[in-house]
Amino acid sequence: MPKDHGIGAAQKRREDVRFLTGAGRYTDDISAYGQTYCVFLRSDVAHGTINSIDTSDAEAMPGVVRIFTGKDFEGIGGLPCGWQVTDKHGEPMKEPGHPVLAQGKVRHVGDPFAAVVADSLEEARNAAEAIVYDIEELPAVVDMKAALAEGATKVHDDLSDNLCYDWHLGSDQAAIDEAFANAAHVTTLELINNRLVANPMEPRVALGEYNRANDESTLYTTSQNPHVIRLLMGAFVLGIPEHKLRVVAPDVGGGFGTKIFHYAEEAFVTFASRQINRPVKWTSTRSEAFMSDAHGRDHVTKIELALDADNNFIGLRTDTLANMGAYLSTFSSSVPTWLHGTLMAGNYKTPAIQVNVRAVFTNTVPVDAYRGAGRPEATFQLERLVDKAARELGVDPIALRRQNFIESFPYATPVAVEYDTGDYVATMDKLEEMIDRPGFEARRKESEAKGKLRGLGINCYIEACGIAPSNLVGQLGARAGLYDAATVRVNATGSISVMVGAHSHGQGHETAFPQVVAEMLGIDESMIDIVHGDSSKIPFGMGTYGSRSLAVCGSAMVRATEKIINKAKKIAGHLLEASDADIELKDGKFTVAGTDKSVAWGDVTLAAYVPHNYPLEDIEPGLEETAFYDPSNFTYPSGAYACEVEVDPETGRVTIESFAAADDFGNVVNPMIVEGQVHGGIGQGIGQALLESCIYDENGQLLSASYMDYAMPRAEDVPFYKVDHSCVTPCTHNPLGVKGCGEAGAIGSPPAVVNAVIDALASGGFNVEHIDMPVSPHRVWKAMQG
Amino acid sequence: MYSFEIESPTSVADAVAALGQEEAQALGGGQTLIPSLKARLASPAVLVSLKNIDEIKGVSSDGGTVTIGGGTTHATVAEEVADSYPALSALAGNIGDPAVRNRGTIGGSLANNDPSACYPAAALASGATIVTNTREIAADDYFQGMFTTALEEGEIITSVRLPVPEKAAYVKFEQPASRFALVGVFVAKFADGVRVAVTGASEEGVFRWTEAEEALSGNFSADALSGLSVPADGMIGDLHGSGEYRAHLVAVLTKRAVAAAG
Repeated sequence: MPKDHGIGAAQKRREDVRFLTGAGRYTDDISAYGQTYCVFLRSDVAHGTINSIDTSDAEAMPGVVRIFTGKDFEGIGGLPCGWQVTDKHGEPMKEPGHPVLAQGKVRHVGDPFAAVVADSLEEARNAAEAIVYDIEELPAVVDMKAALAEGATKVHDDLSDNLCYDWHLGSDQAAIDEAFANAAHVTTLELINNRLVANPMEPRVALGEYNRANDESTLYTTSQNPHVIRLLMGAFVLGIPEHKLRVVAPDVGGGFGTKIFHYAEEAFVTFASRQINRPVKWTSTRSEAFMSDAHGRDHVTKIELALDADNNFIGLRTDTLANMGAYLSTFSSSVPTWLHGTLMAGNYKTPAIQVNVRAVFTNTVPVDAYRGAGRPEATFQLERLVDKAARELGVDPIALRRQNFIESFPYATPVAVEYDTGDYVATMDKLEEMIDRPGFEARRKESEAKGKLRGLGINCYIEACGIAPSNLVGQLGARAGLYDAATVRVNATGSISVMVGAHSHGQGHETAFPQVVAEMLGIDESMIDIVHGDSSKIPFGMGTYGSRSLAVCGSAMVRATEKIINKAKKIAGHLLEASDADIELKDGKFTVAGTDKSVAWGDVTLAAYVPHNYPLEDIEPGLEETAFYDPSNFTYPSGAYACEVEVDPETGRVTIESFAAADDFGNVVNPMIVEGQVHGGIGQGIGQALLESCIYDENGQLLSASYMDYAMPRAEDVPFYKVDHSCVTPCTHNPLGVKGCGEAGAIGSPPAVVNAVIDALASGGFNVEHIDMPVSPHRVWKAMQG
Repeated sequence: MYSFEIESPTSVADAVAALGQEEAQALGGGQTLIPSLKARLASPAVLVSLKNIDEIKGVSSDGGTVTIGGGTTHATVAEEVADSYPALSALAGNIGDPAVRNRGTIGGSLANNDPSACYPAAALASGATIVTNTREIAADDYFQGMFTTALEEGEIITSVRLPVPEKAAYVKFEQPASRFALVGVFVAKFADGVRVAVTGASEEGVFRWTEAEEALSGNFSADALSGLSVPADGMIGDLHGSGEYRAHLVAVLTKRAVAAAG
């Protein structure tokens, strides 16, 4: 019988009741007394010199409270980058300034250069249109190769060129050269990882509220990590000490990475509300989101695999250009380096690997982490390449992968990380069981009878979650710690509030986290609530991204709960007149081992707060504990994915007929939530593979600037998924043995889709080596034309 | 959205009078106009909503012709002509999503003449008559290029009369983002010949593929189209497909429409 309580129970998500019945409270639902509205004036050219901004007519418009330009932010900090990458010559990356409002120049379409604060939104919009400005358009650099060419227009005049850093990782040159010199076969692939726009359902919103009475500012914002925003904005941008700054991220309607970062609009509303002594709200329109939310991916890569005569992988080298956009967004620099290069070994024991990455400034929206962040880019390159190698060598793509799998753990890769655990054979076995591979030829014939080409695409993935430990990432350039924190507050009557640093914006923490505490204490989940998203309520945790919440914050919660148990046993021991070493906690009851003497959970918690009969000389009253947890390593989820597609050879249209995912997430707390996370991830991966594409023209105009041209996946575009997470190799270094499941689907699915399309085309006699994503009907048709 | 006045007349005569005001603009189902207003791309002084005019709503069928009021929603058309003109019903039932179909109207779609809209293909292939408050316009004369029609300022489409073909089918290949027609082909076989209308493809808006019509009039089968193609010149090329691709799709979809028409 499936478990209905504690760890492993597929409990329905308690937060869904409020989300599905309209009781959620999102940032835009919050309004403050006397609130004003803010509209940003954004550049409509990709690159230009601001000659003048005349706000005098606009200031006289009805309802206008104040108009701000870049001048108002002189002497105020710019938006910081949270990770300093050191390049291969030992030099720090180039770090251009990123003012809250543009100063002197605008550098991408959407770059804000003025802001109107007015009594109503319509008045603010009207006044914004009345601002007279002269921005002299300059040539823009959009293409990364062109940006690196000699004499290219510079995005930042104060930098020597558009190269942010030239970075490498992995084996030394001699080892790589030797591998390729000894190769019996070399497979090469050049590919693009398409630029994406995250498009969470809820656009970004920020509300700044200054309280003159105590000189405190509150920022309500659509963020994945309120404490990080408080630190970055308070310390680096506005100079507001933490005790005078509160950041609240209430219900957030999807983040996918793009709500990790500290944005100009957040700093602006906080600053402006202090200036005018009234609350200031900004709500992004969807059009603004396309040109101001950090974009994702956008890599151009050449990758080569050296194989020996027995098809063993003996060397791998990559050369990637990574688009940073016009400014360095908060974690942008870490994505193509430590979140991408470190994953290039994949599931394979390739002995020599060298990763080269050049990050490039262009006149486009800044690019940063998006679901998977570097790991999808790594997986796509490697798994497309291995598939191509199998095709060139005429060997089975699964057999080639199996032959090269890492099989003994821990395994130190040539690219700086050590996988603690995994079983790639098991997930591949499971996948093969799920997809009825022997029946594929019959299915292909059925498709052919309908005039369609059918293809099967397979891939593996490895990913790294819960980036850590802090002392290591600090050496690698991180400007933040990557621990997390939890406070378990047991109330007098035994109910519990758990204040966590992680933030839930779709992940289901409010359901899954109580399952862990309930399991440990033997009490019902209904007695436990999670508190998150408010810096004034929660301990200093680092928020939610990189599939870290359960592995890192969940571990902190376990540690805090262990402290609770230890203290509660002392209280129980006192009440039972026994040594606390003899006290056992089971089913919410403290028992003296080997006796029938017991006290209930509630008796102990009440004693802690009404300490009439209490060992006051030994322990403090109260029952509240905090723990910070800094992991000793990443966790390494892995898996094997398969996709079957049909291609309409007349139109090039690809339809996904089936999709199977066999994942190893370590131990699973709530299998239903895990399944939902995998579904969502695969949906976004299919979106990237078939539909989504952020396109600029050569002048830096954003062509895919609305849903009329930016194709999001819809229900009809995805199949019913087969997912499995029964292959479990628990993480060896966190107390729950959990890994992370939030990004796996988005990491593992794009290569499966594209591999399947290439396989389908091959079955029709079309020997297409590669099609860049999105594999749109037009691109497939063009590839078939040769 | 800029501020505007809104009027909701209940008769065509009152609507025409209201549209005589300075900077007045008719509002049908609003599926194009409302987003334009929200984006501040349009700034009419007066919006004249046609929503409350009962005389331009509803569907009737008389022998070989269906007559659809200009203010009839796509959803109503899909339901009402399911038996009398199934190909048109299928087309109407596959425009946008349910929210669009329950607001958008046939008159609004034909008046806007978006080059990727579905209804212009049906009207042109059916040899429809566009009836306005002042006159009747043959479909062949009505469509005059992208977003351009024979309608005069202030003229309202009161109904559309569509002769029902013996056989017909509409095949749409959707643009991946907007799900409008990247190319859509409506084939209609009448006793006296075949009409083929193509939407989504041409820079000139909906057009008749006369070469295909001639071939099909002699032999209404997909085979009759083999070797026929439309030139890529003048076809729309954009993020979602080149002119060559659209030209190719016209031939593919026409064959499929003929096959679907049976």
